[in-house]
Amino acid sequence: MTLEGLTMALSSKDLLDIKGMTTDEIKLILDTAATFKDVSERDIKKVPALRGKTVINLFYEASTRTRTSFELAGKRLSADVINISTSTSSVVKGETLLDTARNIEAMKCDIIIIRHSCPGAPHFLASRLKSSVINAGDGFHEHPTQALLDMYTIREKLGKLEGLTVAIVGDIAHSRVARSNIYGLVAMGANVRVCGPATMVPPGIERMGAKVYYDADKAVDGADVIMMLRLQLERQAAGLFPGVREYAKLYGLNPARLKLAGLERAGKNVIVMHPGPMNRGVEIASDVADNSSVILDQVTNGVAVRMAVMFLLSGGSKAEA
Amino acid sequence: MTMKEKALILDKAGIERALTRIAHEILEKNKGAKGLAVVGIQRGGVHLAKRLAARIHEIEGVDVPVGSLDITMYRDDLTTRKSQPVPQATDIAFDIQDRVIVLVDDVLFTGRTIRAALNSIMDYGRPKSIQLAVLLDRGHRELPVRADFVGKNLPTSAREKVEVTLAEDGVEEKVVILGE
Repeated sequence: MTLEGLTMALSSKDLLDIKGMTTDEIKLILDTAATFKDVSERDIKKVPALRGKTVINLFYEASTRTRTSFELAGKRLSADVINISTSTSSVVKGETLLDTARNIEAMKCDIIIIRHSCPGAPHFLASRLKSSVINAGDGFHEHPTQALLDMYTIREKLGKLEGLTVAIVGDIAHSRVARSNIYGLVAMGANVRVCGPATMVPPGIERMGAKVYYDADKAVDGADVIMMLRLQLERQAAGLFPGVREYAKLYGLNPARLKLAGLERAGKNVIVMHPGPMNRGVEIASDVADNSSVILDQVTNGVAVRMAVMFLLSGGSKAEA
Repeated sequence: MTMKEKALILDKAGIERALTRIAHEILEKNKGAKGLAVVGIQRGGVHLAKRLAARIHEIEGVDVPVGSLDITMYRDDLTTRKSQPVPQATDIAFDIQDRVIVLVDDVLFTGRTIRAALNSIMDYGRPKSIQLAVLLDRGHRELPVRADFVGKNLPTSAREKVEVTLAEDGVEEKVVILGE
């Protein structure tokens, strides 16, 4: 048997959103990520798969985890990785997004990873550049690699996605993580619940296939996965919630609320997730974060998933195919 | 292009005999099984490596560690292919440092897979030496690679295909040449 028969490809040169992906493509990325996870666990954490390729991290928003994760993923594949943070770049001199990207591409890069506060910025670049574009978060729209690493982590811990009940709790309206996860989890056959104060749950979200809850106790009752979202504290000034203490009481995940998921039922395994950075004592109690969560596994898996994405996007002559 | 079976090269008994002989040759060359480990290259070599280890156990009564090696990320054609191959698992649960590693594959052809396997295994440590066992050597080398243990030498045309199917995959066990 030869390896030749065992090939599959992503249909696009870019990874822009989960909405546009087929379940086969999601599965392909998750399956491929498993082998890349091994690479990060060896002494020599590097394979030559992307030798000679250039990867640019173009971040128009602050990030530690995602940027480092993409950088390590690229480096562990032997690509050359350049980080551009816009506060120290020509962007402050007024250069447009497209001009910045075209100049970077003129220096011959293969993959551009972009985070931008404007939804659609990655799509805008993808249609104008030959390079592969990976969306590392665009406004309130999507954060596809976060959803992929979340799905990978759930599958790793619970063995499957289909049929699981996943409760996403927090500021759904302003969360690209929630949006990507809803698309992905619904496509993979999970039952998705979203929960938050009414000011933070956008009308019509149930059309994406999620069930809406306003009571956190009810949302986590019987859930297999509880995904807490970061409360963006600046939303208080906008009047979306009255106070941090009240929010923590009504929507924060503390040990008592976690019990409602049915942890002590025989054989029941509940996992708690958070995309980070977390506000301890607000949306998640320290005790839950430190003793009952898979938050650091998510971070570990993020590198493997991003390696898989870059590897799959670098496949040969896709542009002509 | 459809390829049809042109000739049966080895049947089940033939494969078994070849593996038994290779197991003896490995033990003879290395004066026993001490410090040995067998590593099968995904996917064709993995079952064969397990069988060789089992035979070595039957002959010498020694358990040698068995691993599997995926060379996908070390291929030299990743950027020229239409789509990426799906990586399989690499599972080397033992320390390869200072061991004699017997790499196992089903068919030796251009030698490019073996080049990739050598690079890959070096990233897991520094073995004492690496030897190569293949069920079939079909010629047409593009790199200076040679096997230490060969089940059968098989002159082929470059346009032909050699297919090895094994009972572990739930199919009839045989080696055949496919051609137009």
